[in-house]
Amino acid sequence: MRRLSLAFREVGHGFFRNFTMTVAVILTIAVSLTLFGTGLMVRSQVDTMKDYWYDRVEVSVFLCGAASDPAACPEGAVTDAQRQAINAQLVSLAGVVEDVFYESQQDAYARFQEQFKNSPILENVTPESLPESYRVKLVNPEDFAIVAAAVGGSPGVEQVQDQRKLLEKFFKLLGGLQAVSLGIAIAMLLVTVLLVVNTMRVAAYSRRRETGIMKLVGASNFHIQLPFVMEAAIGASIGGAIAAGAIAVEKVYLIDQVLEPSFRFTAFIGWDEVIQIMVIVFLTGIVLSCASALLTVRRYMRV
Amino acid sequence: MIQFEHVSKLYNTEDAPALDDIDLTIDDGEFAFLVGPSGSGKSTFLRLLLREDKSTIGRIMVNDKDIAKMRRWRVPKYRRKMGSVFQDFRLLPEKNVTQNVAFALDVIGAPKSKVGPAVAEALELVGLTDLADRRPTQLSGGEQQRVAIARAFVNKPPVLIADEPTGNLDPTTSLGIMRLLDRINRTGTTVIMATHDAAIVDQMRKRVVELVGGQVVRDEARGVYGFSG
Repeated sequence: MRRLSLAFREVGHGFFRNFTMTVAVILTIAVSLTLFGTGLMVRSQVDTMKDYWYDRVEVSVFLCGAASDPAACPEGAVTDAQRQAINAQLVSLAGVVEDVFYESQQDAYARFQEQFKNSPILENVTPESLPESYRVKLVNPEDFAIVAAAVGGSPGVEQVQDQRKLLEKFFKLLGGLQAVSLGIAIAMLLVTVLLVVNTMRVAAYSRRRETGIMKLVGASNFHIQLPFVMEAAIGASIGGAIAAGAIAVEKVYLIDQVLEPSFRFTAFIGWDEVIQIMVIVFLTGIVLSCASALLTVRRYMRV
Repeated sequence: MIQFEHVSKLYNTEDAPALDDIDLTIDDGEFAFLVGPSGSGKSTFLRLLLREDKSTIGRIMVNDKDIAKMRRWRVPKYRRKMGSVFQDFRLLPEKNVTQNVAFALDVIGAPKSKVGPAVAEALELVGLTDLADRRPTQLSGGEQQRVAIARAFVNKPPVLIADEPTGNLDPTTSLGIMRLLDRINRTGTTVIMATHDAAIVDQMRKRVVELVGGQVVRDEARGVYGFSG
């Protein structure tokens, strides 16, 4: 206990002796951990969106209508018999197809209206210009080819479309975003390590008199190194707490108040993920900072 | 007991060895001077004894244990048995005399109840009780060295190592320091002192080990500084 209190006194000394340096370390740790946390949030967000969208992704079987391409629909608009045959065909694909919905031209128009609210494009669209379709939900979204083979050539089918294909480009973009944000996060962590290493080198140098005497009178390595590691730990806790706070602010202001109201078509990460990220960020900061401090001090203060 | 068994130290293979086949024994309670010109190996001798470095060839046995084979984590405990004093005092300027001496006990985790009395006793031994609240900058060189000796001795080590302790002091002050070391020696503490100071060595008439070029050229029981330096 006495050892600890002495070590704490040393830490206090170190802290105020090198005040500007300490502030620099805390701020750098705070900024880089915030960016690291933001990177993790982007990653988590992309995962959330993937889950959300893959859950909703469907195969659309567009049926022939008045506006269809005659090459695909030589017999003109789909007939009731054809419609039932297609439906039966889809339902028979048990194990592949999870669910089948019918979307009439009226339904399609209603959805279109909802999606393009306030857009002038609405004026040029009538229910007749939109195709009716079967929306097929797959057990496994990768099984598109089975559905395409089953109903692609059936009379009355104009086109079988895999929505996943459309999303793939989008997800590729998000994947790039994920990689960039993680890259920045890792670079920032590296910056933190380098700064802590350098600070500890300066601290070890400025305290070489004390540590020299400590070695001379037989203080244990643990006792000599503890003040440095604790200094790093305290700096990292303050920086990490600031970063965790910043991440919470991002969740409250950026996600909940700005992004969520304006992008209604997707889900956003919730508090459980955010809290998990805050904890990861905080612990990463402390572990990284203490480890780099310990390694530096060990290297520069060999017995 | 300290035994150097054919110890050589090479810092660099091209250079001449810093210590060359040193073979000597220092008994418990002895007072031994280590003399010789600069670069003769005195400091290397003390460094090896403090286990700041290892010998290249030969063994150093302290109380029948080979200190080169000591585990790294045991080295601090070993050093607690060796007080050391240097030419440049090595005091902490922001601490006063009491705190400087107490530092040696604090950092090895000595219980608080023991620190106070031990520091007081050490300060009394070196005659600085009245200056206990001063800072090193408010003390003369001789007084500073006394603080350093108090710090080295506060833990009652069986061996005291002094590397040119009078190197920065005038003859009168040096004499005072030597009397103090002699008194410490009489409590049964082994004292090993490296020095250039011929007058002191001649006056004390203790064992003299003379090093030249890393070799022992003379080892006399009640010697003088000598003529080869």
